[in-house]
Amino acid sequence: MAIDRIDRTAKSLVLIVQDYTLFSLRAVSNIFRPPVYWPEFLLQSDIIGFGSLSIVVLSGLSTGGVLALQSASTLSEFGAAAVTGQFVSITMIRELGPVLTGIMVAGRNASSMASELGSMVVTEQIDAMRALGVDPVRKLVTPRIFSTIAMLFFLVIVADACGILGGGLVTVFMNNQDGTQYFAMAWEHLRFPDIVQGLVKPLFFGYILSTIGCFYGMRTSGGTQGVGRSTIQAVVWASVTIIFVDFFLTQIMLTLFSGWM
Amino acid sequence: MDVNTAHDELGQNRPPDEEGGAVLAFREVYIAFDGPAVLHNINFSVAPGETRVLLGPAGVGKSVLLKLANGLLRPTHGSIQLFGEEISDKPEEEMFPLRTRTGMVFQEGALFDSLTVRDNVAYQLIQERVPDEEIDRRVRDALRFVELEETFDLYPASLSGGMRRRVAIARALIRQPELLLYDSPTGGLDPVTSTTIIELIVKERDVYHTPSLLVTHRLQDAFALSNNRFDPELGRMVPLPKGQTDPNTTFLMLEEGKMIFDGSLHELVRSENPFVQEFLE
Repeated sequence: MAIDRIDRTAKSLVLIVQDYTLFSLRAVSNIFRPPVYWPEFLLQSDIIGFGSLSIVVLSGLSTGGVLALQSASTLSEFGAAAVTGQFVSITMIRELGPVLTGIMVAGRNASSMASELGSMVVTEQIDAMRALGVDPVRKLVTPRIFSTIAMLFFLVIVADACGILGGGLVTVFMNNQDGTQYFAMAWEHLRFPDIVQGLVKPLFFGYILSTIGCFYGMRTSGGTQGVGRSTIQAVVWASVTIIFVDFFLTQIMLTLFSGWM
Repeated sequence: MDVNTAHDELGQNRPPDEEGGAVLAFREVYIAFDGPAVLHNINFSVAPGETRVLLGPAGVGKSVLLKLANGLLRPTHGSIQLFGEEISDKPEEEMFPLRTRTGMVFQEGALFDSLTVRDNVAYQLIQERVPDEEIDRRVRDALRFVELEETFDLYPASLSGGMRRRVAIARALIRQPELLLYDSPTGGLDPVTSTTIIELIVKERDVYHTPSLLVTHRLQDAFALSNNRFDPELGRMVPLPKGQTDPNTTFLMLEEGKMIFDGSLHELVRSENPFVQEFLE
Protein backbone atom coordinates (compact mmCIF):
# COMPACT_ATOMS: atom_id res chain seq x y z
CA MET A 1 0.00 0.00 0.00
CA ALA A 2 2.79 2.37 0.91
CA ILE A 3 4.57 1.55 -2.35
CA ASP A 4 1.37 2.27 -4.27
CA ARG A 5 1.11 5.65 -2.60
CA ILE A 6 4.74 6.46 -3.39
CA ASP A 7 4.15 5.29 -6.97
CA ARG A 8 1.09 7.54 -7.37
CA THR A 9 2.85 10.56 -5.81
CA ALA A 10 5.92 10.08 -8.00
CA LYS A 11 3.79 9.77 -11.13
CA SER A 12 1.78 12.89 -10.31
CA LEU A 13 5.01 14.81 -9.61
CA VAL A 14 6.49 13.74 -12.94
CA LEU A 15 3.22 14.70 -14.65
CA ILE A 16 3.28 18.18 -13.09
CA VAL A 17 6.92 18.70 -14.17
CA GLN A 18 6.03 17.52 -17.68
CA ASP A 19 2.98 19.83 -17.86
CA TYR A 20 5.02 22.76 -16.54
CA THR A 21 7.82 22.17 -19.06
CA LEU A 22 5.43 21.92 -22.02
CA PHE A 23 3.44 24.94 -20.80
CA SER A 24 6.48 27.17 -20.34
CA LEU A 25 8.12 26.10 -23.62
CA ARG A 26 4.90 26.79 -25.50
CA ALA A 27 4.53 30.19 -23.83
CA VAL A 28 8.13 31.17 -24.65
CA SER A 29 7.99 29.92 -28.25
CA ASN A 30 4.93 32.13 -28.90
CA ILE A 31 7.23 35.15 -29.08
CA PHE A 32 8.65 33.88 -32.39
CA ARG A 33 5.26 33.51 -34.14
CA PRO A 34 2.59 36.18 -34.74
CA PRO A 35 0.36 37.51 -33.35
CA VAL A 36 2.46 39.03 -30.56
CA TYR A 37 0.50 41.26 -28.18
CA TRP A 38 2.97 44.15 -27.72
CA PRO A 39 0.56 46.45 -25.78
CA GLU A 40 0.23 43.65 -23.20
CA PHE A 41 4.03 43.61 -22.81
CA LEU A 42 4.05 47.34 -22.02
CA LEU A 43 1.13 47.02 -19.59
CA GLN A 44 2.72 44.09 -17.75
CA SER A 45 6.14 45.78 -17.70
CA ASP A 46 4.54 48.75 -15.98
CA ILE A 47 2.70 46.55 -13.44
CA ILE A 48 5.68 44.28 -12.72
CA GLY A 49 8.54 46.78 -13.10
CA PHE A 50 7.32 50.15 -11.87
CA GLY A 51 4.84 48.52 -9.50
CA SER A 52 7.57 46.56 -7.72
CA LEU A 53 10.03 49.47 -7.55
CA SER A 54 9.12 50.68 -4.06
CA ILE A 55 9.47 47.26 -2.37
CA VAL A 56 12.74 46.61 -4.21
CA VAL A 57 14.19 49.98 -3.14
CA LEU A 58 13.15 49.47 0.49
CA SER A 59 14.37 45.86 0.69
CA GLY A 60 17.64 46.77 -1.08
CA LEU A 61 18.37 49.68 1.31
CA SER A 62 17.57 47.57 4.39
CA THR A 63 19.59 44.55 3.25
CA GLY A 64 22.66 46.65 2.42
CA GLY A 65 22.33 48.42 5.76
CA VAL A 66 22.05 45.15 7.70
CA LEU A 67 25.05 43.70 5.83
CA ALA A 68 27.15 46.73 6.76
CA LEU A 69 26.03 46.58 10.41
CA GLN A 70 26.71 42.84 10.75
CA SER A 71 29.95 42.76 8.78
CA ALA A 72 31.54 45.84 10.34
CA SER A 73 31.49 44.40 13.86
CA THR A 74 32.99 41.08 12.71
CA LEU A 75 35.51 42.60 10.31
CA SER A 76 36.72 45.11 12.93
CA GLU A 77 37.75 42.20 15.18
CA PHE A 78 40.30 41.36 12.48
CA GLY A 79 41.14 44.98 11.83
CA ALA A 80 39.48 44.76 8.45
CA ALA A 81 36.57 47.17 8.88
CA ALA A 82 37.84 49.06 5.83
CA VAL A 83 36.70 46.25 3.50
CA THR A 84 33.03 46.67 4.50
CA GLY A 85 32.33 48.34 1.13
CA GLN A 86 33.85 45.44 -0.80
CA PHE A 87 31.92 42.91 1.29
CA VAL A 88 28.57 44.67 0.86
CA SER A 89 28.91 45.32 -2.87
CA ILE A 90 30.08 41.81 -3.81
CA THR A 91 27.44 40.15 -1.60
CA MET A 92 24.67 42.35 -2.96
CA ILE A 93 25.64 42.10 -6.63
CA ARG A 94 26.50 38.41 -6.74
CA GLU A 95 23.91 36.98 -4.41
CA LEU A 96 21.49 38.99 -2.30
CA GLY A 97 20.38 41.47 -4.96
CA PRO A 98 19.17 38.83 -7.45
CA VAL A 99 17.83 36.35 -4.87
CA LEU A 100 16.05 38.84 -2.61
CA THR A 101 14.59 40.77 -5.53
CA GLY A 102 13.50 37.50 -7.13
CA ILE A 103 11.73 36.42 -3.95
CA MET A 104 10.18 39.86 -3.36
CA VAL A 105 8.87 40.00 -6.95
CA ALA A 106 7.69 36.36 -6.65
CA GLY A 107 5.71 37.33 -3.54
CA ARG A 108 4.15 40.28 -5.32
CA ASN A 109 3.80 39.17 -8.92
CA ALA A 110 3.78 35.35 -9.03
CA SER A 111 0.91 35.56 -6.55
CA SER A 112 -0.93 38.18 -8.59
CA MET A 113 -0.45 36.17 -11.81
CA ALA A 114 -1.73 32.98 -10.17
CA SER A 115 -4.75 34.68 -8.58
CA GLU A 116 -5.64 36.78 -11.63
CA LEU A 117 -5.39 33.92 -14.11
CA GLY A 118 -6.95 31.51 -11.58
CA SER A 119 -9.97 33.81 -11.16
CA MET A 120 -10.30 34.00 -14.94
CA VAL A 121 -10.23 30.18 -15.13
CA VAL A 122 -12.91 29.62 -12.48
CA THR A 123 -15.21 32.29 -13.96
CA GLU A 124 -14.78 30.70 -17.43
CA GLN A 125 -13.14 33.86 -18.83
CA ILE A 126 -10.23 31.76 -20.13
CA ASP A 127 -12.65 29.40 -21.89
CA ALA A 128 -14.53 32.45 -23.22
CA MET A 129 -11.26 33.80 -24.63
CA ARG A 130 -10.57 30.45 -26.35
CA ALA A 131 -14.15 30.35 -27.63
CA LEU A 132 -13.62 33.82 -29.13
CA GLY A 133 -10.63 32.49 -31.07
CA VAL A 134 -7.88 34.02 -28.92
CA ASP A 135 -5.08 31.90 -27.46
CA PRO A 136 -4.96 32.77 -23.71
CA VAL A 137 -1.37 31.53 -23.38
CA ARG A 138 -0.27 33.84 -26.17
CA LYS A 139 -2.37 36.76 -24.93
CA LEU A 140 -1.91 36.48 -21.15
CA VAL A 141 1.09 34.27 -20.36
CA THR A 142 3.75 35.12 -22.95
CA PRO A 143 3.70 38.89 -22.22
CA ARG A 144 3.91 38.23 -18.47
CA ILE A 145 6.96 35.97 -18.86
CA PHE A 146 9.01 38.30 -21.04
CA SER A 147 7.98 41.43 -19.12
CA THR A 148 9.03 39.78 -15.85
CA ILE A 149 12.41 38.69 -17.27
CA ALA A 150 13.12 42.18 -18.63
CA MET A 151 11.88 44.06 -15.56
CA LEU A 152 13.58 41.80 -12.99
CA PHE A 153 16.90 42.48 -14.74
CA PHE A 154 16.50 46.22 -14.13
CA LEU A 155 14.98 45.79 -10.67
CA VAL A 156 18.04 43.79 -9.59
CA ILE A 157 20.31 46.64 -10.74
CA VAL A 158 18.18 49.04 -8.67
CA ALA A 159 18.31 46.68 -5.67
CA ASP A 160 22.12 46.35 -5.96
CA ALA A 161 22.55 50.13 -6.11
CA CYS A 162 20.19 50.65 -3.16
CA GLY A 163 21.94 47.92 -1.17
CA ILE A 164 25.35 49.52 -1.64
CA LEU A 165 23.85 52.92 -0.79
CA GLY A 166 22.17 51.50 2.32
CA GLY A 167 25.48 49.95 3.41
CA GLY A 168 27.18 53.31 2.82
CA LEU A 169 24.63 55.19 4.93
CA VAL A 170 25.09 52.75 7.83
CA THR A 171 28.89 52.87 7.45
CA VAL A 172 28.97 56.67 7.56
CA PHE A 173 26.19 57.53 10.01
CA MET A 174 26.13 54.55 12.35
CA ASN A 175 29.59 52.96 12.17
CA ASN A 176 31.25 56.38 11.87
CA GLN A 177 33.60 55.20 9.13
CA ASP A 178 34.84 57.01 6.05
CA GLY A 179 32.30 57.10 3.20
CA THR A 180 34.89 57.68 0.46
CA GLN A 181 36.81 54.62 1.55
CA TYR A 182 33.58 52.55 1.65
CA PHE A 183 32.51 53.47 -1.90
CA ALA A 184 36.09 53.18 -3.24
CA MET A 185 36.38 49.64 -1.84
CA ALA A 186 32.88 48.81 -3.13
CA TRP A 187 33.84 49.87 -6.68
CA GLU A 188 37.50 48.87 -6.99
CA HIS A 189 37.12 45.23 -6.01
CA LEU A 190 34.25 44.51 -8.36
CA ARG A 191 35.27 42.18 -11.20
CA PHE A 192 33.62 41.29 -14.49
CA PRO A 193 32.45 37.84 -13.26
CA ASP A 194 30.69 39.49 -10.30
CA ILE A 195 28.67 41.68 -12.65
CA VAL A 196 27.89 38.80 -15.03
CA GLN A 197 26.74 36.58 -12.14
CA GLY A 198 24.51 39.34 -10.82
CA LEU A 199 22.93 40.07 -14.18
CA VAL A 200 22.48 36.50 -15.48
CA LYS A 201 20.64 35.29 -12.39
CA PRO A 202 17.63 37.64 -12.72
CA LEU A 203 17.02 36.34 -16.25
CA PHE A 204 16.56 32.82 -14.84
CA PHE A 205 14.66 33.99 -11.76
CA GLY A 206 12.28 36.12 -13.86
CA TYR A 207 11.54 33.12 -16.06
CA ILE A 208 11.01 30.86 -13.03
CA LEU A 209 8.69 33.14 -11.07
CA SER A 210 6.54 34.16 -14.06
CA THR A 211 6.15 30.66 -15.54
CA ILE A 212 5.33 29.14 -12.14
CA GLY A 213 2.85 31.95 -11.34
CA CYS A 214 1.09 31.58 -14.70
CA PHE A 215 1.26 27.75 -14.63
CA TYR A 216 -0.51 27.49 -11.28
CA GLY A 217 -2.99 30.19 -12.32
CA MET A 218 -3.93 28.44 -15.55
CA ARG A 219 -4.42 25.03 -13.89
CA THR A 220 -6.65 26.37 -11.12
CA SER A 221 -9.71 24.30 -10.28
CA GLY A 222 -12.17 24.23 -7.42
CA GLY A 223 -13.64 27.75 -7.36
CA THR A 224 -12.44 30.57 -5.14
CA GLN A 225 -10.81 28.12 -2.73
CA GLY A 226 -8.82 26.80 -5.68
CA VAL A 227 -7.64 30.33 -6.50
CA GLY A 228 -6.25 30.68 -2.97
CA ARG A 229 -4.55 27.29 -3.22
CA SER A 230 -2.98 28.17 -6.58
CA THR A 231 -1.70 31.48 -5.24
CA ILE A 232 -0.01 29.81 -2.27
CA GLN A 233 1.53 27.09 -4.45
CA ALA A 234 2.80 29.66 -6.94
CA VAL A 235 4.57 31.78 -4.29
CA VAL A 236 6.00 28.79 -2.40
CA TRP A 237 7.27 26.96 -5.49
CA ALA A 238 8.59 30.10 -7.16
CA SER A 239 10.54 31.11 -4.01
CA VAL A 240 11.88 27.60 -3.33
CA THR A 241 12.86 27.09 -6.98
CA ILE A 242 14.66 30.44 -7.09
CA ILE A 243 16.77 29.51 -4.05
CA PHE A 244 17.37 25.99 -5.40
CA VAL A 245 18.36 27.18 -8.90
CA ASP A 246 20.53 29.91 -7.38
CA PHE A 247 22.73 27.26 -5.81
CA PHE A 248 23.35 25.54 -9.16
CA LEU A 249 23.76 28.80 -11.08
CA THR A 250 26.34 29.99 -8.54
CA GLN A 251 28.24 26.72 -8.80
CA ILE A 252 28.18 26.79 -12.62
CA MET A 253 29.34 30.40 -12.82
CA LEU A 254 32.04 29.99 -10.21
CA THR A 255 33.37 27.10 -12.30
CA LEU A 256 33.06 29.04 -15.56
CA PHE A 257 34.81 32.11 -14.17
CA SER A 258 37.33 30.29 -12.00
CA GLY A 259 40.21 31.72 -14.08
CA TRP A 260 38.99 35.31 -13.46
CA MET A 261 38.67 35.13 -9.68
CA MET B 1 -39.43 7.85 -30.89
CA ASP B 2 -38.25 5.11 -28.58
CA VAL B 3 -35.86 6.94 -26.35
CA ASN B 4 -33.57 4.04 -25.59
CA THR B 5 -32.62 3.70 -29.24
CA ALA B 6 -32.59 7.41 -30.00
CA HIS B 7 -28.95 7.57 -31.06
CA ASP B 8 -29.29 4.54 -33.35
CA GLU B 9 -32.34 6.07 -34.97
CA LEU B 10 -30.55 9.38 -35.39
CA GLY B 11 -27.92 7.65 -37.48
CA GLN B 12 -30.41 5.56 -39.43
CA ASN B 13 -33.25 8.01 -39.98
CA ARG B 14 -31.38 11.01 -41.23
CA PRO B 15 -30.67 10.95 -44.96
CA PRO B 16 -26.92 10.89 -45.76
CA ASP B 17 -27.00 14.28 -47.52
CA GLU B 18 -28.55 15.91 -44.44
CA GLU B 19 -25.94 14.34 -42.21
CA GLY B 20 -23.17 15.41 -44.55
CA GLY B 21 -24.42 19.01 -44.44
CA ALA B 22 -24.67 19.09 -40.65
CA VAL B 23 -23.12 22.11 -38.95
CA LEU B 24 -22.19 19.95 -35.98
CA ALA B 25 -22.13 16.16 -35.72
CA PHE B 26 -21.21 13.91 -32.78
CA ARG B 27 -20.48 10.25 -33.55
CA GLU B 28 -19.96 7.74 -30.74
CA VAL B 29 -18.37 10.37 -28.53
CA TYR B 30 -17.02 9.24 -25.19
CA ILE B 31 -15.26 11.36 -22.59
CA ALA B 32 -13.92 10.54 -19.14
CA PHE B 33 -11.81 12.54 -16.71
CA ASP B 34 -9.94 10.69 -13.94
CA GLY B 35 -12.81 8.29 -13.29
CA PRO B 36 -15.98 6.91 -14.86
CA ALA B 37 -17.23 8.21 -18.21
CA VAL B 38 -18.96 11.61 -18.14
CA LEU B 39 -20.47 11.06 -21.60
CA HIS B 40 -20.64 7.85 -23.53
CA ASN B 41 -21.74 6.89 -27.00
CA ILE B 42 -23.17 10.32 -27.83
CA ASN B 43 -24.65 10.60 -31.33
CA PHE B 44 -26.53 13.60 -32.68
CA SER B 45 -26.18 16.39 -35.21
CA VAL B 46 -27.27 19.99 -35.71
CA ALA B 47 -28.52 20.79 -39.20
CA PRO B 48 -28.45 24.27 -40.79
CA GLY B 49 -31.22 26.44 -39.34
CA GLU B 50 -31.94 23.94 -36.56
CA THR B 51 -32.21 24.78 -32.85
CA ARG B 52 -31.47 21.80 -30.62
CA VAL B 53 -32.34 21.99 -26.94
CA LEU B 54 -30.32 19.65 -24.74
CA LEU B 55 -32.26 18.81 -21.56
CA GLY B 56 -31.11 17.03 -18.45
CA PRO B 57 -30.75 17.49 -14.72
CA ALA B 58 -27.65 19.13 -13.23
CA GLY B 59 -24.44 17.10 -13.40
CA VAL B 60 -25.25 14.80 -16.34
CA GLY B 61 -22.58 16.29 -18.60
CA LYS B 62 -24.55 18.95 -20.54
CA SER B 63 -21.88 21.66 -20.22
CA VAL B 64 -19.14 19.13 -21.01
CA LEU B 65 -21.00 18.20 -24.20
CA LEU B 66 -21.27 21.87 -25.16
CA LYS B 67 -17.54 22.42 -24.59
CA LEU B 68 -16.79 19.39 -26.78
CA ALA B 69 -18.81 21.01 -29.57
CA ASN B 70 -16.26 23.78 -30.19
CA GLY B 71 -13.16 21.93 -29.04
CA LEU B 72 -12.77 23.51 -25.59
CA LEU B 73 -12.60 19.88 -24.40
CA ARG B 74 -11.42 16.87 -26.40
CA PRO B 75 -13.24 13.52 -26.40
CA THR B 76 -11.46 10.42 -25.11
CA HIS B 77 -12.65 8.78 -28.32
CA GLY B 78 -15.27 9.29 -31.00
CA SER B 79 -15.72 11.79 -33.79
CA ILE B 80 -16.90 15.41 -33.66
CA GLN B 81 -17.34 17.31 -36.90
CA LEU B 82 -17.73 21.08 -36.80
CA PHE B 83 -18.54 22.76 -40.14
CA GLY B 84 -17.52 19.50 -41.80
CA GLU B 85 -14.05 19.43 -40.18
CA GLU B 86 -13.01 16.72 -37.76
CA ILE B 87 -12.07 18.49 -34.52
CA SER B 88 -11.65 15.63 -32.05
CA ASP B 89 -7.87 15.51 -32.61
CA LYS B 90 -7.24 18.94 -34.12
CA PRO B 91 -4.35 20.84 -32.47
CA GLU B 92 -5.41 23.79 -30.29
CA GLU B 93 -3.65 26.29 -32.60
CA GLU B 94 -5.79 25.15 -35.55
CA MET B 95 -8.98 25.38 -33.51
CA PHE B 96 -8.84 29.16 -32.98
CA PRO B 97 -9.89 30.15 -36.56
CA LEU B 98 -12.69 27.57 -36.46
CA ARG B 99 -13.97 28.85 -33.12
CA THR B 100 -14.29 32.40 -34.47
CA ARG B 101 -17.11 31.00 -36.64
CA THR B 102 -19.07 29.95 -33.54
CA GLY B 103 -20.63 32.05 -30.80
CA MET B 104 -20.80 30.77 -27.24
CA VAL B 105 -22.84 32.09 -24.31
CA PHE B 106 -21.45 30.82 -21.02
CA GLN B 107 -23.45 29.90 -17.93
CA GLU B 108 -22.60 33.07 -15.98
CA GLY B 109 -21.81 35.20 -19.02
CA ALA B 110 -18.00 34.93 -18.57
CA LEU B 111 -17.54 38.61 -19.39
CA PHE B 112 -14.03 40.04 -18.96
CA ASP B 113 -14.16 41.99 -15.67
CA SER B 114 -11.44 44.46 -16.62
CA LEU B 115 -13.05 45.51 -19.92
CA THR B 116 -16.08 47.72 -20.57
CA VAL B 117 -19.23 46.30 -22.16
CA ARG B 118 -18.10 47.86 -25.45
CA ASP B 119 -14.71 46.11 -25.32
CA ASN B 120 -16.28 42.83 -24.19
CA VAL B 121 -18.77 42.78 -27.06
CA ALA B 122 -16.09 43.93 -29.53
CA TYR B 123 -13.42 41.53 -28.25
CA GLN B 124 -13.08 39.57 -31.50
CA LEU B 125 -13.26 42.70 -33.66
CA ILE B 126 -10.50 44.37 -31.59
CA GLN B 127 -8.26 41.32 -32.10
CA GLU B 128 -8.91 41.57 -35.84
CA ARG B 129 -7.95 45.27 -35.77
CA VAL B 130 -11.28 46.45 -37.17
CA PRO B 131 -11.41 50.32 -37.28
CA ASP B 132 -12.81 51.93 -34.12
CA GLU B 133 -15.74 53.61 -35.92
CA GLU B 134 -16.90 50.28 -37.33
CA ILE B 135 -16.45 48.59 -33.95
CA ASP B 136 -18.60 51.25 -32.25
CA ARG B 137 -21.32 50.89 -34.87
CA ARG B 138 -21.41 47.09 -34.72
CA VAL B 139 -21.31 47.04 -30.91
CA ARG B 140 -24.25 49.46 -30.76
CA ASP B 141 -26.15 47.26 -33.24
CA ALA B 142 -25.47 44.15 -31.14
CA LEU B 143 -26.41 45.93 -27.90
CA ARG B 144 -29.57 47.29 -29.53
CA PHE B 145 -30.51 43.69 -30.43
CA VAL B 146 -30.34 42.73 -26.75
CA GLU B 147 -31.87 46.09 -25.73
CA LEU B 148 -28.90 47.21 -23.66
CA GLU B 149 -27.52 50.14 -25.67
CA GLU B 150 -27.21 52.26 -22.54
CA THR B 151 -24.59 49.91 -21.04
CA PHE B 152 -22.00 50.71 -23.76
CA ASP B 153 -19.45 52.34 -21.40
CA LEU B 154 -20.23 50.36 -18.23
CA TYR B 155 -18.14 47.61 -16.64
CA PRO B 156 -19.62 44.11 -16.11
CA ALA B 157 -19.48 44.55 -12.32
CA SER B 158 -22.19 47.21 -12.51
CA LEU B 159 -24.60 44.97 -14.46
CA SER B 160 -27.25 42.61 -13.06
CA GLY B 161 -27.04 38.85 -13.73
CA GLY B 162 -29.65 39.08 -16.52
CA MET B 163 -27.91 42.05 -18.14
CA ARG B 164 -24.60 40.17 -18.11
CA ARG B 165 -26.21 37.25 -19.97
CA ARG B 166 -27.66 39.68 -22.52
CA VAL B 167 -24.26 41.29 -23.05
CA ALA B 168 -22.80 37.79 -23.45
CA ILE B 169 -25.42 37.09 -26.14
CA ALA B 170 -24.47 40.35 -27.88
CA ARG B 171 -20.79 39.29 -27.75
CA ALA B 172 -21.65 35.91 -29.25
CA LEU B 173 -23.72 37.49 -32.04
CA ILE B 174 -21.49 40.37 -33.12
CA ARG B 175 -19.60 38.40 -35.74
CA GLN B 176 -22.75 36.70 -37.05
CA PRO B 177 -21.63 33.18 -36.13
CA GLU B 178 -22.52 30.07 -38.10
CA LEU B 179 -23.34 28.13 -34.92
CA LEU B 180 -24.51 29.35 -31.50
CA LEU B 181 -23.86 27.45 -28.28
CA TYR B 182 -25.84 28.46 -25.19
CA ASP B 183 -24.80 27.02 -21.83
CA SER B 184 -27.76 27.30 -19.42
CA PRO B 185 -28.52 30.89 -20.46
CA THR B 186 -31.32 31.22 -17.88
CA GLY B 187 -29.65 29.36 -15.02
CA GLY B 188 -29.96 31.19 -11.70
CA LEU B 189 -32.19 33.96 -13.08
CA ASP B 190 -35.63 35.02 -11.88
CA PRO B 191 -38.63 34.01 -14.08
CA VAL B 192 -39.10 37.48 -15.62
CA THR B 193 -35.43 37.81 -16.61
CA SER B 194 -35.40 34.20 -17.86
CA THR B 195 -38.32 35.02 -20.17
CA THR B 196 -36.39 38.06 -21.48
CA ILE B 197 -33.39 35.83 -22.29
CA ILE B 198 -35.57 33.16 -23.97
CA GLU B 199 -37.29 35.91 -25.97
CA LEU B 200 -33.86 37.04 -27.20
CA ILE B 201 -32.95 33.48 -28.20
CA VAL B 202 -36.28 33.10 -30.06
CA LYS B 203 -35.64 36.47 -31.72
CA GLU B 204 -32.17 35.36 -32.81
CA ARG B 205 -33.54 32.04 -34.08
CA ASP B 206 -36.35 33.63 -36.12
CA VAL B 207 -34.45 36.69 -37.36
CA TYR B 208 -30.99 35.24 -38.19
CA HIS B 209 -31.88 31.50 -38.37
CA THR B 210 -28.47 30.62 -36.88
CA PRO B 211 -28.24 26.92 -36.02
CA SER B 212 -27.84 26.53 -32.28
CA LEU B 213 -27.39 24.08 -29.45
CA LEU B 214 -28.91 25.19 -26.16
CA VAL B 215 -28.26 23.44 -22.86
CA THR B 216 -30.78 23.81 -20.07
CA HIS B 217 -32.27 21.95 -17.14
CA ARG B 218 -35.41 24.13 -17.21
CA LEU B 219 -38.30 22.48 -18.99
CA GLN B 220 -40.21 25.79 -19.21
CA ASP B 221 -37.39 27.19 -21.40
CA ALA B 222 -37.71 24.24 -23.75
CA PHE B 223 -41.48 24.69 -24.05
CA ALA B 224 -41.15 28.46 -24.51
CA LEU B 225 -38.67 27.96 -27.35
CA SER B 226 -40.87 25.43 -29.07
CA ASN B 227 -44.24 27.13 -28.58
CA ASN B 228 -43.36 30.71 -29.49
CA ARG B 229 -42.14 32.71 -32.45
CA PHE B 230 -40.75 36.23 -32.81
CA ASP B 231 -43.11 38.72 -34.42
CA PRO B 232 -40.99 41.39 -36.17
CA GLU B 233 -43.96 43.75 -36.50
CA LEU B 234 -44.84 43.67 -32.81
CA GLY B 235 -41.13 43.43 -31.91
CA ARG B 236 -41.76 40.72 -29.35
CA MET B 237 -42.27 36.98 -28.85
CA VAL B 238 -45.83 35.71 -29.51
CA PRO B 239 -47.29 32.22 -28.94
CA LEU B 240 -47.73 29.93 -31.92
CA PRO B 241 -51.34 28.80 -32.64
CA LYS B 242 -52.52 26.05 -30.30
CA GLY B 243 -51.13 22.66 -31.23
CA GLN B 244 -48.31 24.11 -33.33
CA THR B 245 -44.63 24.04 -32.45
CA ASP B 246 -41.56 25.47 -34.14
CA PRO B 247 -40.53 22.78 -36.65
CA ASN B 248 -36.82 23.66 -36.43
CA THR B 249 -36.63 23.34 -32.64
CA THR B 250 -35.96 19.79 -31.50
CA PHE B 251 -34.88 18.17 -28.26
CA LEU B 252 -32.19 15.94 -26.85
CA MET B 253 -32.06 14.53 -23.36
CA LEU B 254 -29.16 13.24 -21.31
CA GLU B 255 -29.29 10.82 -18.40
CA GLU B 256 -26.07 9.95 -16.59
CA GLY B 257 -23.94 10.68 -19.64
CA LYS B 258 -26.13 8.80 -22.11
CA MET B 259 -28.32 10.32 -24.78
CA ILE B 260 -31.75 8.91 -24.05
CA PHE B 261 -33.93 11.05 -26.28
CA ASP B 262 -33.68 12.79 -29.64
CA GLY B 263 -36.84 14.16 -31.22
CA SER B 264 -39.56 16.80 -31.37
CA LEU B 265 -41.60 18.28 -28.52
CA HIS B 266 -44.54 16.04 -29.41
CA GLU B 267 -42.31 12.97 -29.20
CA LEU B 268 -40.85 14.23 -25.94
CA VAL B 269 -44.21 14.59 -24.19
CA ARG B 270 -45.34 11.20 -25.51
CA SER B 271 -42.14 9.43 -24.54
CA GLU B 272 -42.55 6.28 -22.48
CA ASN B 273 -39.07 6.45 -21.02
CA PRO B 274 -39.50 6.57 -17.22
CA PHE B 275 -36.67 9.12 -16.83
CA VAL B 276 -38.18 11.46 -19.45
CA GLN B 277 -41.60 11.09 -17.83
CA GLU B 278 -40.15 11.83 -14.42
CA PHE B 279 -38.29 14.86 -15.81
CA LEU B 280 -41.48 16.18 -17.45
CA GLU B 281 -43.44 15.76 -14.24
